[in-house]
Amino acid sequence: MTRHKEGDRRDTALNDAELQRCLTATWSTPAGLWGALSTVDHKIIGRRYITTAFVFLALGGVLSLLMRLQLAQPEARFIGPDRYNQIFTMHGTNMMFLFAVPVMQAMAIYLVPLMVGTRNIAFPRLNAFSYWMYLAGGLLLWVAFALDVGPDVGWFAYVPLSGPQYAAGKRADIWAQMITFTEVSALAVAVEIVVTVFKQRAPGMSLDRIPLFVWSMLVTSFLIILAMPAIMIASTALILDRLVGTHFFNPAEGGDVLLWQHLFWFFGHPEVYIIFLPAVGMVSTIVATFTRRPVFGYLGMVMALIATGILAFGLWVHHMFVAGLPRLGESFFTASSMAIAVPAGLQIFCWLATMWAGRPIFKTPFLFVIGFMVIFVIGGMTGVMVASVPFDTQVHDTYFVVAHFHYVLVGGAVFPLLGAIYYWFPKFTGRMMSETLGRWTFGLMFTGFNLTFFPMHILGLQGMPRRIYTYQPEMPWSGLNMFISLSAIILALGFLMFFVDAIRSARSGSAAPANPWGALTLEWATSSPPPAYNFMHLPVVSSLEPLADDPDILPVASGLRIDRRELLITSVVQAVPEARESSPGDSIWPLWAAAATSVTLIWSIFTPWAVVWGSIPVAIALIGWFWPKGVVEEDA
Amino acid sequence: MNHTVVLDVADLPEHGLGSASQTYWGTLAFMLIEGTGFALSIVVYLYLMSLATQWPLGTAPPDLLAGTTLTALLIVSLVPNLFLARWARHQDLWKVRIGLIVMTVLGVAPLVLRAFEFPAMHIKWDQNAYGSIVWVMLGLHTTHIITNLVETAVLTALMFSRHGDSPRRYGDVSDNAMYWNFVVITWLPMYACLYWVPRL
Repeated sequence: MTRHKEGDRRDTALNDAELQRCLTATWSTPAGLWGALSTVDHKIIGRRYITTAFVFLALGGVLSLLMRLQLAQPEARFIGPDRYNQIFTMHGTNMMFLFAVPVMQAMAIYLVPLMVGTRNIAFPRLNAFSYWMYLAGGLLLWVAFALDVGPDVGWFAYVPLSGPQYAAGKRADIWAQMITFTEVSALAVAVEIVVTVFKQRAPGMSLDRIPLFVWSMLVTSFLIILAMPAIMIASTALILDRLVGTHFFNPAEGGDVLLWQHLFWFFGHPEVYIIFLPAVGMVSTIVATFTRRPVFGYLGMVMALIATGILAFGLWVHHMFVAGLPRLGESFFTASSMAIAVPAGLQIFCWLATMWAGRPIFKTPFLFVIGFMVIFVIGGMTGVMVASVPFDTQVHDTYFVVAHFHYVLVGGAVFPLLGAIYYWFPKFTGRMMSETLGRWTFGLMFTGFNLTFFPMHILGLQGMPRRIYTYQPEMPWSGLNMFISLSAIILALGFLMFFVDAIRSARSGSAAPANPWGALTLEWATSSPPPAYNFMHLPVVSSLEPLADDPDILPVASGLRIDRRELLITSVVQAVPEARESSPGDSIWPLWAAAATSVTLIWSIFTPWAVVWGSIPVAIALIGWFWPKGVVEEDA
Repeated sequence: MNHTVVLDVADLPEHGLGSASQTYWGTLAFMLIEGTGFALSIVVYLYLMSLATQWPLGTAPPDLLAGTTLTALLIVSLVPNLFLARWARHQDLWKVRIGLIVMTVLGVAPLVLRAFEFPAMHIKWDQNAYGSIVWVMLGLHTTHIITNLVETAVLTALMFSRHGDSPRRYGDVSDNAMYWNFVVITWLPMYACLYWVPRL
């Protein structure tokens, strides 16, 4: 056992007020700009991440309205073809890389440490770094768009269109390098989540007592770790082809354009589940709370998450059915694409069983869950349809596919996410969102969404291709297009109402108690919003629903130091305490490291020597980051 | 909410070692990310090979001398590396310092040999897709040698500073040694792919 240092201060034998004062002094972020730039508090960074992601959602939404304005009538002259290409590329790229994936990870950054009962995320400085990288990547993309050099090659940037021959200028490079920024930040967060879940769970939180949202983020993080290297390799190869004349995608010199599609979709299909699985976790959490009973079939739910994660890597070719691949391969991928409907269906039935057996309370978060189930099931069924090669050949690159993936992504991820925001908003801000406005928001969004996207199925079957900037009056599409554009206004009003409610409630919503919904997971065992140190004493867990055992008394551990940032390390399977570990303090170095990396990456769009010279400031920043400063957190 | 203390953790160590350390798991996770990257580069190589009428494209298979010597050197470097990991576990400051100096030198030596490997490929990155993938594979692995070398050099400086003699730093040395094992082991399939697959 360890040497007991004289003079280190412990949380034993202090009254609550004194303990809170000491913990606040040790854990809180200093006020002012410097504090804001150097903070490593997962809650502050998580809130920042969520807010930034929603800003990108709003920007991407404005782009979609511009597209709907252009398509409302045939031969409109509102947007020209070049600008339109940039707009649909920006919309897809922004929504996938700057909104959907980051916002799910952002929710985890805030919630996972609280739900597993610890005081900060693992590698909190890496967390700060990842946010700055994400912000820089988003700014790169949007500033480029504002300067008319926004990417115009579609969100999956197929070669040869995005290659050196057909995409002169720097637009495709902006896209490819934005990928590097967002993947670096996503991978960093994935590592933090994995280590937080593996090693920082509350004592007693064995694998079978991990909340389903945390399970879903763990599986998601592994998907990110295994899928994102593929897109890093692909985008790097694209930049090399464009900058230094490699031939990865040049058939004239032994390269291959389908190589791009394989690499992209080996990442791109798991990407869908990287967005969907966190939503599954959110739905499970909300269903349990608002039906007043644990989710039916916990083990089955966890197995379904893992099975979905594994199957996600065996589906990518279904995006390439019209690329002329061998028939046997196509049959295999048809089978695997249909197979993934099995774990998805299992989860749906488990939620239905939970609702059936429970006593549902129809608050706003739960309404969004119901909306999710309706929309996602429709999207899932069109998914099974397009898994069939002959059907897919017919509707490939038409509005049918646009309808399908908006049903899956908006239904499968955005509806649960908005439900989750309504659910956890009191924890994030200490204030409640408006139930009245919430119901209106849900009503407008559910109606607006279906009226906007359902007719797109029909447009697709009528042969309207996606990504066209206009169409001729002879085509039988104009009536439905006008209908869709008008319906999009309803959907946009729903989003507008959500933003108004969120901003208004954050400023002047009614104060939230610690546990406004009577939920049973650990994040509700502390105040809303939680103090800088999350929990006054770290909780000890003896069941899947720690707050169900005794709603008034929380079993806790004591004996931790309070003169340094300290948390508990527990074993991977049983969560037996192994060490009192320190958690790194605030530091400005992650910001410098992100700044140096950003300069290097953007510079390298123009010359390969940027990598050589840029690595020097990056190395200096990293050494500054890791070099010991003689603070108490380095005690061992 | 009221609290009831059910667990006393006062006697636990102030820093976790081995699998009780966060950096150990973090290093494993980064190895998984980079290992996936290495594996995918081999997949790209084999994919391009499967499309080509002859392989290597437009050139002879690479010369074996530089690459094979480097491979042998990397394998040999595992021996002092394993000793270094053991000394770090025993928290033996002087042996760790010596081991780190040795490993720094053993990080520089493969870079010298690597400089001869690129010309031994008989092709440039911009000549054809074969040239592109072999340069990227060599470049990817070289990046890992360089980053590990910088890390080892910084750790060496650290272990000679007043911050050195601490369980936390010995943990860093262990994780660094584990990462070097990874750099060496991932090279072996890359070596087989680059040098022997073209000779099949």
